[in-house]
Formats: sequence, C-alpha cells, structure tokens
Amino acid sequence: MTVILNQSFTGISIGAVLLLIALGLTLTFGQMGVINMAHGEFIMAGAYTTYVLQQSISGAGVSLLVALPLAFLVAGSLGALLEWLLIRRLYTRPLDTLLVTWGVSLMLQQLARDIFGAPNVQTRAPDLLTGNISVGGITLANSRLFILGLALLCVLGLTLVLRLTPLGRRIRAVVQNRDLAEVSGIASEQVDRTTFFIGSGLAGVAGVALTLVGPIGPTTGTNYIVDAFLVVVVGGIGQLKGSVITAFVLGVLQAVLEYSTTISVAKVVVLVAIVAFLQWRPQGLYTLRTRSLA
Amino acid sequence: MTTTVTPTAPAPAQPSAPSVLTRLRVPGGFLLGAVLLLGVAPLVLPDFRLSLLAKYLCYAIVAVGVSLAWGRGGLMVLGQGVFFGLGGYAMAMHLKLADAAATGQTLPDFMQLYGTSDTLPWWWKPFGNPLFAIAMTVLLPMAVAAVLGFFVFRRRVKGAYFAILSQALAAALAIWLVGQQATTGGTNGLTDIQGFFGYDLNDPVNQRTVYVIIAAALLLVMALARQLFVSRFGELLVAVRDSEERVRFLGYNPANVKLVAYVVAAGMAGLAGALFVPAVGIISPALIGIVPSIGFVIGAAVGGRASLVGAVLGAIAVAWAQSTLSDAFPAAWTYLQGLLFVLAVGFLPGGLASLATVVRNRRTRPTGSGETA
Repeated sequence: MTVILNQSFTGISIGAVLLLIALGLTLTFGQMGVINMAHGEFIMAGAYTTYVLQQSISGAGVSLLVALPLAFLVAGSLGALLEWLLIRRLYTRPLDTLLVTWGVSLMLQQLARDIFGAPNVQTRAPDLLTGNISVGGITLANSRLFILGLALLCVLGLTLVLRLTPLGRRIRAVVQNRDLAEVSGIASEQVDRTTFFIGSGLAGVAGVALTLVGPIGPTTGTNYIVDAFLVVVVGGIGQLKGSVITAFVLGVLQAVLEYSTTISVAKVVVLVAIVAFLQWRPQGLYTLRTRSLA
Repeated sequence: MTTTVTPTAPAPAQPSAPSVLTRLRVPGGFLLGAVLLLGVAPLVLPDFRLSLLAKYLCYAIVAVGVSLAWGRGGLMVLGQGVFFGLGGYAMAMHLKLADAAATGQTLPDFMQLYGTSDTLPWWWKPFGNPLFAIAMTVLLPMAVAAVLGFFVFRRRVKGAYFAILSQALAAALAIWLVGQQATTGGTNGLTDIQGFFGYDLNDPVNQRTVYVIIAAALLLVMALARQLFVSRFGELLVAVRDSEERVRFLGYNPANVKLVAYVVAAGMAGLAGALFVPAVGIISPALIGIVPSIGFVIGAAVGGRASLVGAVLGAIAVAWAQSTLSDAFPAAWTYLQGLLFVLAVGFLPGGLASLATVVRNRRTRPTGSGETA
C-alpha cells in the first residue's frame, strides 16, 4: 500500500513538472498554433537565472524567491523578442515555425555552452526544501511538494488572468475566433505578443523549479520539450484543464509503469497509449467547438 | 458548326501527349547525376572522402522520402529516424550474426559481454537469413508506418499533432533501444561491423563497392520518386497538401493518399538506414533519436522540400557542412547551423532550389513585365 502511495506521489510530482512546462505551451501552441521548439531553451534560461542569482545572493531561499519573478521576466522577454523577430512572420506557416525555432534553440543552447560551459551545474536548494515529510508511512520530499504547490499556483494565477482580466478576455477571444476578435477591435498582434510573453515566462518559472530536481545544463529544456508537447496535444488546444488533467495522468502512468517495468518500456507504453487515445479523441481531451473546417 | 469541331478535337490531347513523353524520357539532369555519382566521384575522390560521401548519400535517400511526404504531401515527418533505425538495425543485426558465425561464435560480441543468457533472443533468429534481413530493412519500416499511418490519418490527426506524434515515436524508439542493452547493444548500438555479405568492409575496394551500391540506390529512389511526383498520385498528393477538404469533397479519401506517401517515405528511410550500416559500420540510438530525425527534415528544407534535386543536394550539403565545419569550428558551426535553418526555412520557404525564382521575380517586379522572363 505504501509502495502504491509512494509511486503515486512520485507520479504526481512528475506530473507537476510536466504541468509547469506544458502551461506555457498550452498558451503559445494553443492560441497561435505555433510549435515553439525554443520553449525548452526558455526553461533553460529560467534555470540559469536561478544559478546566476545564487552566485550573487548568498541565501538560497532568498535567491529562489527572487529567481521566480526574475526568471519569468528573462524567459518572457526572450519569448517576446522571438515572437517579434521571427514568429509573427510565420503565422501563416505554423509547421515551419517548428524548424525555425529549432534553429533558434540550437543557437541558444550553444550560447549557454559558451557562457556557462558544457558541463551541468548544480544549484543549492534552500534548507527548508531539502528535507522530507513523512505522512502515514509515505515520504514526501519537500522540494517536490514545493514544485507541486508552484504548479498549482501558476494554474490558479493563469486561470484568474484568463477569466477575470481584460487581457484574459482578449486572449480567449483571439483563441476562439481570430477574425471575429479583430473586427471587434482587438489588436490581435499585440495580444499574440503578450501571450507569448506570458507563455515563455511560465517556461522560465518551470526552469526555476527544475533546479530543485537536479543539475541543470544547456540541454535541460530539450529533455522535457517533447513530453510537454504531448501533454498539450492530449489535453486539447487552448484549454488549461485538459493540460492539468493530462499532466497528472501521464505523470502517474509513467511512475506506475516505471515501477512495474523499466523506464524505457514505460516511455514506449505511454506513447502507445497516447496514439490510442488520439484514436478515440483526435482533438484531445477538451476541445473548443468552432465552425472552422481546419 | 462543323468547322468548330475539327480544331477543338485535337486540343484536349495536346497537353497530355508531351506529358507522356516526359514521363518516359530519361531527363538529362538524371543522366548527369548518374555520371557524376557513379563515374566521376569514384575516380576523383580518395577512399576517405568517398566513404564520407557514401554516408551523405544515405541521408540524401532519406531526404527523397521527406521530399515526397513533406514537400509534396505536407506531412511533417519528424520521425524518419525511426524508419532509418529499423532499416539500420535490421541490416546490422544480420551483419553482426554473420560476423559472429564467421568466427565460429553463436552470439554477437556485445551479447557475450552484456547478455544474460547463452541463447539468441527469438526475434534475432530470423535475421540470420540474409534474404529475410534484406527484405526486413524495407518492409519493417513500411509495415510500422502503415499501421501508425492507418490509425493516425484515419482519425484526421494532422499538422502539428502529427509532427509531435512522429517526433515522440523517434524518442520512444531511441529510449527503448538504450534500455535493452542485452539484446540491442544499448547506447553503444551495434558497432564494429566487419563484413558485408562475405566481403571484408575494412578493404578499401569493398568500401568503394558499398559506395557504388549506395549511389545506385539513391538514383533508383530518385527515379521512383520522380515517377510518383508526375503521376496522378503525385498530383493528388499535392492537392491533399494544399486543400484536404476539397479533395475529400471531390470523393477521394485523403487518408489513403497520405498513407501511401508516408509508407513510401518510410521504406526509403529504411533502405537508407540499411545502406548506412556498411558505409559507416555502426548504428546506434544517437543516430535515430529526435535530433537526427529533425536533421533529416532540415536538409530537405534548406535545399527545397518540394524539389527532389533540391532536397537531395540540401541533405548532402548540410551533412557535408556538419562533418567538415563542426570539426574545425564546433561552436561557430552550431550558431551557423541555427542561423541557416532560421534563414532558409523562415525567409526562403522553397529552400535554396527556389532562390533563382525568387531573385528573378524580384528583378522583374519593378518593370512589371513578368512575362518577359
């Protein structure tokens, strides 16, 4: 029983990391149909922001707290810059953005290698987050709990922004029907850039969380990017709740399978399950009903 | 009334008559390519350069399939590494077994090192038969593509969804291979392949033969792709790419059209993988994962995805630049590579093959007489 609970918690914490990474993608991929392969490098940028802050701020706890908003800004600015420079020219060719942003991601990885060196670097976790809590026989790592809380907080914040603010209303309008939003007086290009800023910024926050999971390096983001895209595809475009459910289900599935078989078999089984799932619901778990043929 | 019938009657036959001729005629460019690849290159290039070229030509064979599926069919095939790998592993498994048999062993060397049992796994056994192994290098990738494509296209999974799925497939196969070290060689892959159907691969003469086989295979694959391009199927494929709904309303099933293109592209990638093994002497998960899978597409994108020759030359050029420049300037090459992808795909969607057209259009635009060019 404790084994099952322990594995479930591992799964939930895998899911939380996936969720943090996928949240930003849900926005950028969901809203604009843009496949941003450089999203992984925005995660990396967030992770290195934490690392750099720790060089100047001695307290690990303080630096982590400062890193969260700063990483959001750094990664978000990179995202907005990318959108302005390249992606806005490619909205009519969404599949090509995949290759273009892949090129960008190669350059950003090399930039990180030149600045910070090729080997992975380790950040210090605050003392508060290094311990464990035991509840009813199961061990919960504090850092994992922190990531879970952070992920849920981000979901909550994003939901509130999308639901309640004028910006959120504009974003939802553009997602649902770009043409209609434009004729209603919404500057869709401006909304796109803001969306990209927020989505990329969330990647930066995910990067901060990843520093608590393990060492970080130039390829930190790439390792997660495909899984994150799968979460968005299965969850459904433009819907937060789909991504939230999918991230946790995939995380738990992965953890349970890893326990009963091996990591490699687990990955393959999860992928087959996803292909099978898309047979059942090709548009993902939750879909926006639109009248468009595409 | 009678006078109008006579001139219009032969008119419909007019466009179809030359197209039949062009279908049967061997184009001059094809002959030139054959002379360059099979005649000039083996005479001019030293052994080392020729074996490198053999490797690039394998990538070019994959690019032919990419050009068919992506350039003509609009299918973003980001998982060609899977099919390349299946073909490569099928071939390498046979060659490893043959190597082992030549030295009187029953197990390939890595299995004696990492293996847990003294007997060959059941799924290795049929690969001892050369004919079965050769058939599998193409049939296995095609079968996998057929099953996956059938399910995916039938449910109209397309665009970005398809791209991400195929990419995840490449990741999954690479991860699975790494995990099964006892039976697949794990991260190392299948290495140190000595012989190729009884011929010693360390002998430069045999390496040259392997090159000739690869060059001939590339020409064959290009001819096949060209026939597909100009056939009714090729036109239907382009129609599906440009407006799938219209094709469906016309009564065709786009899923079947895409499936054929996907399966043929997979077969080409499998063939390329199989030929890659004797040319380079290794197949490993690092050669078939996400990064190399994107690499297969990038070559075609830089050269010109919809143009057969453009895709082939692009693949060769990118592979050449990769191995030449990455040795000399590793850091600078990565920046250059990224920049190349951004510029080529972002600002020249037709690839370098369309450069002449783009320049010509720019030049003629101010004068306003597009007809004179």
